[in-house]
Amino acid sequence: MTPGSEPDFDAPWHARAFALAVAENEADRLSWSDWTARLAATLRDFGQSRSLNGGEDYFLAWLDTLESILVEEGRIERGEIEQAMAELAKAHAHEPHDAQGANSFK
Amino acid sequence: MDSSKNGPVSAHRHLPAEPELRVKALEEILVRKGLVEPAALDAIIDMYQNRIGPRNGARVVARAWSDPDFRNALLADASDAIAGMGYAGRQGEHITAVENTANTHNIVVCTLCSCYPWPLLGIPPGWYKSDEYRARAVREPRKVLAEFGVTLPEDKAVRVWDSTAEMRYIVVPERPSGSAGMDEDALAELVTRDSMIGTGLPMEPQR
Repeated sequence: MTPGSEPDFDAPWHARAFALAVAENEADRLSWSDWTARLAATLRDFGQSRSLNGGEDYFLAWLDTLESILVEEGRIERGEIEQAMAELAKAHAHEPHDAQGANSFK
Repeated sequence: MDSSKNGPVSAHRHLPAEPELRVKALEEILVRKGLVEPAALDAIIDMYQNRIGPRNGARVVARAWSDPDFRNALLADASDAIAGMGYAGRQGEHITAVENTANTHNIVVCTLCSCYPWPLLGIPPGWYKSDEYRARAVREPRKVLAEFGVTLPEDKAVRVWDSTAEMRYIVVPERPSGSAGMDEDALAELVTRDSMIGTGLPMEPQR
């Protein structure tokens, strides 16, 4: 809990998750008061087993809330998420990491 | 959920961490369904990372310090006064400005989640969203303030404002005593983010 000039987002995925919820709100598919109520409930649940640090913890709660809302509203199915994750993981595994690393030194 | 985390996932340890993959997956699906555009997400991130931040709030405070009419308008209806300066938008619809005085110090928290006046301060720092701050700011504000390096005289009252989705707060700190004669631009440089949350004080002018 130290003051200072922290970056807005510690990790790119925090920013992405943040933007996805804001985009839902901007598209009028999610009211901000509903969002904060749901996020507060997730934070309460997550915070029961340990003290949340407000960084990674917070965005995990954010992501979990967003996912639940999207599924409940019928915009996404759980199965779709699992499938897309599996495909992304597979695509990642096939990327030529070593070659990429070598290129970056040129 | 837990069983899947401990089981087959172990083979994927070298892959991006699960939440990173999950966000990517969500985005891909929403894009595929035409519900969101990657460029729109980029624009939102750019906005909150680069264009909206505590400098906006500092301009508002500096004006309140320099212009008594604006100060009165700000304290009467902050949302309106702020919109007049062009700072409007998400999480900025209902804002109340609370003024520090010789007798009172104000501090802002959101005990339930992380409500915060985005158009004025950007997105909140990690500590603002932590369980520790959210719980302790209300219970023992003086102790929390001391940890932030703010020690107040015993006879100064501390008021804690709990933000909600309906109402968010910005603290108008006391104008530093050595700042007489400074213009708005120079004054704005003295206003820190934390001084507008109440966990800090404005900087003293350099002599």
